[in-house]
This record gives sequence, C-alpha cells and structure tokens, in this order.
Amino acid sequence: MAGGPGGHETQVGLVAAAGWLQSALRPAGPDATRIYGLWVFMLWISAAVLLVVIGALLYGTFRRRRSRPDSDQQHTRQRRMTRAVATGAGVTVVILFAFLVFDFSVGRALGAPRRSGFEIELVGHRWWWEVRYLAPALPARVTTANEIHIPAGAPVLVRLKSNDVIHSLWVPDLTGKRDLIPGKRTSLWLQADTPGVYRGQCAEFCGQQHAKMALLVVADTRAGFDQWYASQLAPSAVPTDSVTMQGRQVFLTYACALCHTVRGTPAAASLGPDLTHLASRRTIGAGALDNNRGNLAGWILDAQSIKPGVDMPPNHLEPDEAQALLAYLETLK
Amino acid sequence: MTATASGQAPASLRHALHETWADRPGLIGWLMSVDHKSIGKRYVITAFAFFLLGGLEAAVMRMQLARPENHVVGPDLYDQLFTMHGTTMMFLFAVPVMTAMGLYLVPLMIGSRDVAFPRLNAYGYYAYLIGGLFLYTGFFLGSGPDAGWFAYTPLSGPEFGIGKRMDIWAQTVTFTEIAGIIAAIEIIVTVFKQRAPGMSLNRMPLFVWSMLVMAFMILFAMPWIAVDSQFLAMDRLMQTQFFNQAEGGDALLWQHLFWFFGHPEVYIIFIPALGYVSTIISTFTRREVFGYPAMVGALIVTGFLGFALWVHHMFVTSIPQIGESFFTAASAMIAIPTGVQFFCWIATIWEGRPRFQTPFLFMLGFFLVFIIGGLSGVMVASVPFDSQVHDTFFIVAHLHYVLIGGAVFPLWGAFYYWFPKFTGRMLGETLGRWNFALFFIGVNVAFFPMHLLGLHGMPRRVYTYIAETGWGSLNLLATLGAVTIAISVIVFLVNVARTLAARPNAPDDPWETSSTLEWAVSSPPPPYNFAELPVVEGRYALWDRSAVQPVVTGLRTDQRELLITTLLDAEPDHRHRTPEPTIWPLLAALATGTTFIALVYTPWAMVIGAVLIAAPLVAWGWPRPRPGDPIVAGGAS
Repeated sequence: MAGGPGGHETQVGLVAAAGWLQSALRPAGPDATRIYGLWVFMLWISAAVLLVVIGALLYGTFRRRRSRPDSDQQHTRQRRMTRAVATGAGVTVVILFAFLVFDFSVGRALGAPRRSGFEIELVGHRWWWEVRYLAPALPARVTTANEIHIPAGAPVLVRLKSNDVIHSLWVPDLTGKRDLIPGKRTSLWLQADTPGVYRGQCAEFCGQQHAKMALLVVADTRAGFDQWYASQLAPSAVPTDSVTMQGRQVFLTYACALCHTVRGTPAAASLGPDLTHLASRRTIGAGALDNNRGNLAGWILDAQSIKPGVDMPPNHLEPDEAQALLAYLETLK
Repeated sequence: MTATASGQAPASLRHALHETWADRPGLIGWLMSVDHKSIGKRYVITAFAFFLLGGLEAAVMRMQLARPENHVVGPDLYDQLFTMHGTTMMFLFAVPVMTAMGLYLVPLMIGSRDVAFPRLNAYGYYAYLIGGLFLYTGFFLGSGPDAGWFAYTPLSGPEFGIGKRMDIWAQTVTFTEIAGIIAAIEIIVTVFKQRAPGMSLNRMPLFVWSMLVMAFMILFAMPWIAVDSQFLAMDRLMQTQFFNQAEGGDALLWQHLFWFFGHPEVYIIFIPALGYVSTIISTFTRREVFGYPAMVGALIVTGFLGFALWVHHMFVTSIPQIGESFFTAASAMIAIPTGVQFFCWIATIWEGRPRFQTPFLFMLGFFLVFIIGGLSGVMVASVPFDSQVHDTFFIVAHLHYVLIGGAVFPLWGAFYYWFPKFTGRMLGETLGRWNFALFFIGVNVAFFPMHLLGLHGMPRRVYTYIAETGWGSLNLLATLGAVTIAISVIVFLVNVARTLAARPNAPDDPWETSSTLEWAVSSPPPPYNFAELPVVEGRYALWDRSAVQPVVTGLRTDQRELLITTLLDAEPDHRHRTPEPTIWPLLAALATGTTFIALVYTPWAMVIGAVLIAAPLVAWGWPRPRPGDPIVAGGAS
C-alpha cells in the first residue's frame, strides 16, 4: 500500500503525510473535500468579520477626541450611529444567510443517495472495532477487526452498531463522524479518492481506553481489494511444523479461545477480535501498537500495562509456550 | 409613604435601622444571617474557591497532555479530572457565581433592603455548599465521577458506571438545581416587586434586565436536568430503565433532556455577563449604553432562542435532515442579537471617553476573545462542519473562547469594579493590569492552538496520544498558555490578599462616574442598604437624579420592612415585613443534604429523610408573634 508522498512509516502501521496522522484539513474523499470547502469559506468570512469588528472597536476606543459636540451635532451623530448599528445588523443577517445557503447545499450533497457495492457492519466495543462484511453483495461474510478495507473511488455504506456504550466513528481524512448508539440504527458513507491508509479514532468518550480506540481504513484498487477479500474468506492457516502446532495447542487450551475466534479451529468465541487473519493486520490493540512479534508478545503477556482496563487479561505462559503461540499467530495471514 | 426631599439621613435613623437589620454577633449570628449581602458574598467566595479547584484539575490535565504518551496521571484519574473540571466549572462555579452577583447587587441596584425571600436564599446557598463539598469529598476518597460532566448514558448508567461515582455526581447536580432555582425565584420576585418607586421596567438598569432574563432561563432550564438526573439516579438505584434500550428505554433521551438544559445553561452564564459589560462600559466611557431598547430586546430574544439550539450538541447522532436545518438556522440566528449588542457597545465606546482602568481592560479582553468564540460558534452550527469537529479539541477551543471570553473576562472586570463595594477597598491597579495582560495572553496561547488540534484530528477526552499524530508541539504550547493563566490567577490572589490587608479606602463611588444605585450607599453598604429609600428619576439613577434626591419615608425602623411596588411602573404598593435572622434554613439544608447523600447508598433514606427534613421546615414555618404584630382572634398574643 503506497502512502502519500513525503510521508514516513510510523509505529502504527501507516504513513503520516505532512506531519499529521489524521486530519480534516487534508481531505482524501469527496465528503471531506466538500466539508473542507465549507471550512475555507467560513474561515475567510470569519477572518473578515473579526478584522472589521475589532478594527471598529479599537478605532472607536483609541481615536482622537475633539471637544464636546454641541447638541445639534450630537443629534446628527446619534442618527449616524443608529444607521451604523442597523447596517451592522443587516450585514450580519446577509452573511448568516449566505452561510446557511452554502451549508445547506453541502449538507444536501453529503446526504444525497448513493449506490453501495456492498455494506459493512461496524460494531463498536470497549475498546475495539468489529468489522463485518455483509453478504450477499459479497460472496460470503468476513469478520475482521480494527481495519476497514474498501475499494478506492467507490462509496461504501458502513452500518454502525454498538452493544455497550456510545462510540463514534471518525476518519477525518475521509468524512465527518457518526455515533454508534446502542439500539439505534445509524450509518456513514466512506469513500476514498485514491488508494491509501487513513487513520480514524473513536470520537465519543466511551470509558478508560477511549484514547486508544483507533482504526485504519485501507483503500485499495478494486483488484487489490478483491484479492484481500478472498484471502480473508479463507479459513485460518493450518500449522505445518511442530512449533506452530504447539502454538495452536496453547491457543486452544489457554484462555485465548474463551474470547477469540480462529476460523478452522474450535476457537469460536466472539468477546474479542476475530484472529483468523491476525497476521494480515497492521496494528494490534485497536491501533495501540504496530503488529510485530515483540509487541504481540507484550500484548499477550500484559495488555493491562499497555491499555489499562481492557478485557484482555494478563497471561502467564512458559517461555517456550509463548514463543510457540507467537509463531502460530504469525502464520495467521 | 410619601416621597420627600432629603439630604443626608440623620444619624438617629441610621442607628435605628442598624439595630434592626444587623446580623447578630458571634458564630451563631453569622450562621443565622439572612442578609442578601452576607449570603451573596459567601456564594461568590465559595464559587471562586471551586473555580480554583476546577483550574487545578485543568492544570493537571494540561501537564498530562503536554507531551505524547505522558505518565503524569493514568486514564482512570484523567477521566475523573475532566469530569470534575466540567462539573465544577459549570455547576459549582459559573452558574452560582453569576446568581451570587445578582443576589448581592440586584437589591442594591433597584433600591431595596433585601431579596424577596431571605431565609430561602440562605437555604439555597447552604444546599449548594453541601452539594459541592459532597462531590469533592467523593473525589478525594477516590470516588470522583468519571463519565464526563455530560454523563451520557449508558456509560453513566448502572451497567458501565462503576461504584458510587455517578450517583455522587447525580446528587451533586440535584443540590445545584435546588440552589439555582431558588436564586432564580429570588431574583425574579425581587426585581418584579421591590424596585424603588420610579424605576419602571423601562428604566431598569441593563444589569438588572440581564439578571432577570438569566433567572427566567434558570427557571425553565433547570427542571429538565432535575428530571434527567433523577431518572439517572433511579436507573442506578432502583432498577428503573429510563435509559436502557434493551428494556424499552432510550439512550438518547438522556442527551435530549441534558442539552435542553445544557444549552440554555451556556446563556445562563453568558447573559448576566452581558449585564456586567453594559454597566462597566457605561461607567468607564461616561456614556449611556447606546440603544437601550435594542439591548433589552436582544437579551430577551437571546433568552428565548437559547432554548431552540439544544440539538446542535447532537448533530452526529443522526438527526433527520429537516431537523438539522432547523437547528442550524436557529443556532446561526442567535448571532444576530449578540451582534446587535456588540455594535451598540462599540457605538457607546466610540461616542464616549474611555478610561483605561482594569475593569475596562477586561471589557476589551471580552470583545477580542468572545468574538472568536462567537465566530467558531456559527461554524459549528453547520452540520457538515460539526461532523468533523464535534467532540474534538476544536470544540474545546470554541467553548473556552465563549465561556472565558463571554463570562470570565466580564466577571473578572466585575470583580475589579465591584470589589470596593463588597469590601470597602480598591484592588491594586498595577497588579490588576498584570492580571489582565497575563490572563489575556494565557487564554489565547492555551486555547487558540486547540482549534488546529481538533482540525488535525485530536478528539476530546483522550488521556494520551502517540507522538506520530503530530499533536505534541501544539499541546505543549497550550500547556504553556495554561501556565500563564495560572500565574495571572496567582497575581489576582496576591492582589486580593494585599488589598484586604490594607485599610478600607473606598468612598461611596470610587469610580466617580457610576450610574447605578449601589454606588449611592457606603462601601461596603450598611446592613439596611439604604437609610432612606431613593426615588428613581431615569434609567441612569445617579446621573438622572435631581439636585435634591427625593426619598421614600414611612417604613418602620424597628422592624425589617420592605417597600413593595407594582410590577410595571414601580408605584408604591404596600409595606412588607421580612424575616429576622434564623438558624432554620441552615438546619433544613443540613437535613436535606444528609438525606440526599444517604440516598446514594440506600433508597430507605427517603423514608427517614422525609421526617428529618420535615422537622426543621416545621420549625422554620412555625408562627411566632413578633413585637408590633396585630393581635388576631384565636392567635397567640
């Protein structure tokens, strides 16, 4: 996946362009671009209003004052002032009206009906994202976590769900945010102009690890997306050597299988992220860490020190068991 | 009662009034006080103490965010800190300090001797004090609320809100609702029925108008949060299911009720500040505020519109588009009355001759800071734009520009302006200028970068962030701004301490150009406020009075009597006997407090508490004949 020009690889598995990991001022999709245009308009108008009002205030405060005007002059000045204040109010109304027109036109464009090739169901959990690709538009159901893959250039409807508290999906480079509310049906369109990796983050306070509930949107070419999807459809890799076989045994006999699914094995719990293709993902812990062996080891042994309060318990494994488990997890591409 | 001309009131009259109106000596006397000035001062000091605590919480948060992946505090404490900061600033500082200024100043400004219900006033203060102490006791014992000052369900509900943290929060809010509603009733009745003869509604000072509009907003906004917090408390304590979707409740119901209170709340804080601005600008430019009818109209329109905006806090929850448009238009519309007031003030300054003393400097600060918050406020009225910046640091920047610009700058100006009236001493001018300059710089350095942080993707309420986000340097800058604010607050405290250590030096009107009635009495005012109740001859009572001030005579001096006047024209109507000092409001507040606090732990507290509260209330209302009462058949003599 190519990143933006001039970016550099970061800890969290994506490229930071122009120094920001995620930004509404660097639109990469049609929705974010429209909102950015509205922002620029409002910024210039506001700057002009600020300048005029503060200018009038400062001039009015510090202007040189002549001797007291007589009462005739006072009446004229009073009338002039009244006109000035009324003009100010009138200009305010005109500016607000222009703002409303522009704002409503952007709002309409964002709300216009679109055709989605397929739909994604995004379920917010404390504190990670469950991503389900919904059949029938796609060959079958795929479940992954903390990474949404979409084909670039096409709108994709994301249906938002939560079963615990309120979360909010926000990928600023692509579009504005939308809440995930228990018992409510909400949705959001995601569309990226070009292939790239776009970071997002939960935007509604959802408890202790609200700060570490990130996700990535990976926009790929259509062919690249199809390939990724096909690989996700496949069941998990089958261990071929004794170490990974021991690793799978560790996975199934220790606490792991109580919460996680690895398709193709008896592990089928859904309290934590689906790990069938864990090794294909860029991050672990919902964007908390880059997905590599060292980080994975730290996460498995003591997730609480990385993300205090998560459901992932500390695991006490013998060194050889830990190594075997890591080797097995690394095969889950 | 007749209006007669009089000069200085005779010493014998002053002495008699002092005997009747003074608080009793000693600690018990202090606790029995029902004097609106004593209660108002306690309110202001208490609220300011909470402001300092809320500021300390903010300082710790800024330390934590100064660097990426910092470890000053962990996530659990951080969540408690921002919840305490918001709750403290909104419920324990901003609203109480605004009502407190009204409770102190309104009776003086309208020429009366006390507020309408002095005992209730004392009760309201003690309820507020107990509520605040309860919240902080919980916090220091490790049970600080941690679901945000907005306490969204289900995070604050029984399933996810652990321990007693959010129960304590909900009860604290209940205490402040009681205090707020009581203050609103006091102000409304006092303003409507106790104005000095001649002060018809269209001659009322803009300060009093702003307090009146604020009081009505409290009266209509606070009951919603009362319902909301009681629903939450019941969901948590008695397994009701108001906010539980799975049982037919609704998680969004909380948000609607909360913001139907929460948005007017912003105007409850902002509108009294507009009253300070009008008063201070008029004094320091020696001009009547330009466009009195427009100013009053703008206040009232703002008061109404303030209730039509609540949904703009919920734009990202999926509101139907037609609804969004309505709330966007309403949110933009409120800029019109605010704009009109701005233009009128600028016209006043333009025509006047400004005097650059500290209170006026804070007014200039108010203009510069608030207008930025107002402009970003129009921006976030846009649903598409709000969908980007909602719940980000852009909003943190916006709300602090609005609340600090719109309320704290005016309030600080008001402290400097009325300090001599409260204490008889002028605050130091040099330290005042430093206080202003550091505060102005600090606020802008702390909060301006937050606009950019929000646009560059930084959500609110995060206890940490990774270095790669690029947010580090702007956050460090914001923290330096926070340090500057802290220094300016210390300068203010030093100024106050030095001033209080000095001898009283303030004459009746140390500013020499004030126009409202509180400056016609000594600094600080005597317990009875006015020896002879003034008759008002114009909108600017002290500027418009004739050479010989007409006064009202005929009120008893051996009893606490108020002059009641008619609502519209302030024609003298009748004399009203007002209560003596009493301990029962304090005891009733203690009983209420005990009950509410116990309710956090057991619903049975309601049963025992009913008796506990009834006892002091009965004692409070027990008929006691007082000297001079007419003897009624069947009554005690």
